[in-house]
Amino acid sequence: AEYMGSMKVLPFAVSRFAAPMSFWSHVEMAPLDPIVGLNELFSKDSNPKKTNLGVGAYRDENGKPWVLPSVKKAEKRVMDANYDKEYVGIVGDLQFTKLSAQLALTSESPALTQGRTTTVQTISGTGALRVAGNFLAKFHNKPLWMPAPTWGNHTPIFAHAGLQLKSYRYYDAKTIGLDIEGMLDAISKIPEGDTILFHPSAHNPTGVDPSQSQWDQIEKVVAQRKLLPLFDMAYQGFASGDLDRDAYAVRHFIKQGHQCILTQSYAKNMGLYGLRVGAMSVVCDSGEEAKKVESQVKIVIRPMYSSPPIYGVRIAKTILGDKDGLYKEWVDDVKTMSGRIIKMRHEMVDQLAKEGSTHNWDHIKKQIGMFCFTGLKEEQVMKLRTDYSIYMTSNGRISVAGLNEKNLSYVASAIHNVSK
Amino acid sequence: RRVHGAHFRRGDFNKMSSVFEKVVAAPPIEVFALTERFVKDTDANKVNLGVGAYRTEEGKPWVLPVVRKVEKDLAADESLNKEYIPVCGLASFCEAATRLLLGANDKGVSDGRVSSVQALGGTGAVYLALQFLRIHLGKSNLYVSRPTWGNHKSIGKLAQYTSINEYRYWDAAKRCVDMAGMLEDLKAAPCGSVILLHAVAHNPTGMDLSAEQWDKVIAVLKERNHFPVMDIAYQGFASGDLERDALAVRKVYQSGFEMFICQSFSKNFGLYNERVGNLVMVTNSAEVTARLKTQMTMLVRTTWSNPPSQGCRIVSRVLNDTQLFDQWRGNVKTMAERIQLMRKLLFDELKTLATPGTWNHIIEQIGMFCYTGLSPTQCKSLIDDDHIYLLMEGRINMCGINRNNVKYVAKAMDRVVRNVK
Repeated sequence: AEYMGSMKVLPFAVSRFAAPMSFWSHVEMAPLDPIVGLNELFSKDSNPKKTNLGVGAYRDENGKPWVLPSVKKAEKRVMDANYDKEYVGIVGDLQFTKLSAQLALTSESPALTQGRTTTVQTISGTGALRVAGNFLAKFHNKPLWMPAPTWGNHTPIFAHAGLQLKSYRYYDAKTIGLDIEGMLDAISKIPEGDTILFHPSAHNPTGVDPSQSQWDQIEKVVAQRKLLPLFDMAYQGFASGDLDRDAYAVRHFIKQGHQCILTQSYAKNMGLYGLRVGAMSVVCDSGEEAKKVESQVKIVIRPMYSSPPIYGVRIAKTILGDKDGLYKEWVDDVKTMSGRIIKMRHEMVDQLAKEGSTHNWDHIKKQIGMFCFTGLKEEQVMKLRTDYSIYMTSNGRISVAGLNEKNLSYVASAIHNVSK
Repeated sequence: RRVHGAHFRRGDFNKMSSVFEKVVAAPPIEVFALTERFVKDTDANKVNLGVGAYRTEEGKPWVLPVVRKVEKDLAADESLNKEYIPVCGLASFCEAATRLLLGANDKGVSDGRVSSVQALGGTGAVYLALQFLRIHLGKSNLYVSRPTWGNHKSIGKLAQYTSINEYRYWDAAKRCVDMAGMLEDLKAAPCGSVILLHAVAHNPTGMDLSAEQWDKVIAVLKERNHFPVMDIAYQGFASGDLERDALAVRKVYQSGFEMFICQSFSKNFGLYNERVGNLVMVTNSAEVTARLKTQMTMLVRTTWSNPPSQGCRIVSRVLNDTQLFDQWRGNVKTMAERIQLMRKLLFDELKTLATPGTWNHIIEQIGMFCYTGLSPTQCKSLIDDDHIYLLMEGRINMCGINRNNVKYVAKAMDRVVRNVK
């Protein structure tokens, strides 16, 4: 794999201290995770106006974590049920996996009604991607193509899983938008049969998504090249506020006959971050094939962590399964989050205009989801950090969820000052 | 699949070639297949002696009272939320778990030579440990006991060890530990091999090493510069005594090894489905341990990003509160003592029936499991004819036995010993 980085085993070096020689003397300090590093700097900063636009978790209008009201209600039901703590089985809770697949694909999807999709519970989105990666490395060991850029953790996850990684053109820094022609061209040149990763909505880190008609174009090329699509859906509902709209790409591909792999996370759209709720689905050719695939997925999961944690999933299925009650409340909660984020996007653009900025900031409104690629350069990002105590990752990505009525004008003013 | 320019729907094709055509069905994992079969069985006398989970006298799962209480407290605690916990886990959990294992005033911990990372159960801890050793020390030789827990070899395989071997452990003829064989095999293993050891309540045999036997093993580990990885899934659950069950780990640890220790809280806290584990890392220096932890962080990040927050919060609350800790100790003792009683009852029944063979191992073994010594054909007969479910290697879960079924189980064992080869 191309990614080895700090995983390389270096020549053994004897410790220069009197302490006994260690097996580990040669192990290098791993690079600090950029987000963690950012959080640490933020917490040490004493500026009362400091603003953290790094972390990818939803924050309410007061900048606080938000436990969804529908989740609180569901949790109370789970508590009252006094469930046991028995092992849940390698593929997890079957009610949850069924409901999760239905949420993504709709219960009428032939992929589900024909019983040819296997869905397993996973350790949130990361766990789903890792299990998918290991499964692919064993049974479809072709290069995996990812959009440039992509979520920082995609590369190490798939490299550890044993896949060869490549990237296709996606983001256009000049337009701060989608390079659709470049993307279609790149995909048309991918060798037949390779695997291709898509973010179906709320692309991380750019927030730049293809439109529905662009997805239609993409699908055609993927079909021509006979590629295997892998969809990483971490923001269904959270992106536009509409669960169906955010799943368009996945549903369209399946309708056109593609065998897809789908990973889902409930970290953001249900705010279940630390409870690690996710699923991985493999759409197969037949029910029989789906059973075989599932048996092999179990062989990946069992030695990795045996079986998944139940608590968060009990909450999730309580919501998903209560179609006339909690499910509707959850849809409203999701709209609350996405609505607030969309509002912040619009207000930020307005505020920048008020500050007198002559740049075109429309991309902030056009992008979607938690993250926004501002277009700011690294030097400008650093200046925001040192002069204004505003923290974002060096690629200019901000978490829009970190914005609120209280800090909006301060941030807009600062951004204008470093970019004018 | 799709002809350019035409619009096809799924049903139009007779037989499409699938990306996954070549995927063959994997063999079912025995212990899970066993439970599936048990669940479907309609026989009134059926007994499940397969999966390793505690059962009450009524044959029911048991949520520890202290766990139920803390869980409700957590749900009502408005100061808590569902945010991500650190990649390496909840610090208060990791520290308390490590103290439980090595003792409250351990110098290695306070010096910083010892640190830990939260993992998804014991499995997750073993997987991280083995992966780490392969990637960062270039380890490729893994040794597990013969027999060992069914998943150990699979974990080694997933971690890409090229050579997975066994050291002798269970003496089938004498129904005890084959000490000579074990030492011989450890001596013969290439220097620097990774040796996976069971700290207490050996799974599947229930047969543990004595203190003197551990001394001998330690000597060989040192001589061959092997890397010990100890798997401790039953602290407290085995004897009812938390300190006693940690003696072997502490003995090996105090001998000065650089090593990994994999803790599970599935059994002793009954938190099976919350996946609570802890990987303890021991090196010769605090600076090295700090570096190790950063690399372990990267490994965790690519496997599950960060661990689940629920189970570790429960364990942390209990271990860090004197009253709750005492309650928990009582709950653990309850489980251990019931198991010990069941061992005695089964042994007494077999004695009453004058079942041929030696059965002392039933009361000498410790923990959840008992290696009966029954052959695969005898086991098959127990399953098919008596609806008593156990692993074909002859392992039974003592928790599945209670006053209602012990006579039935003993009679069935007696029958197969006399009539089945």
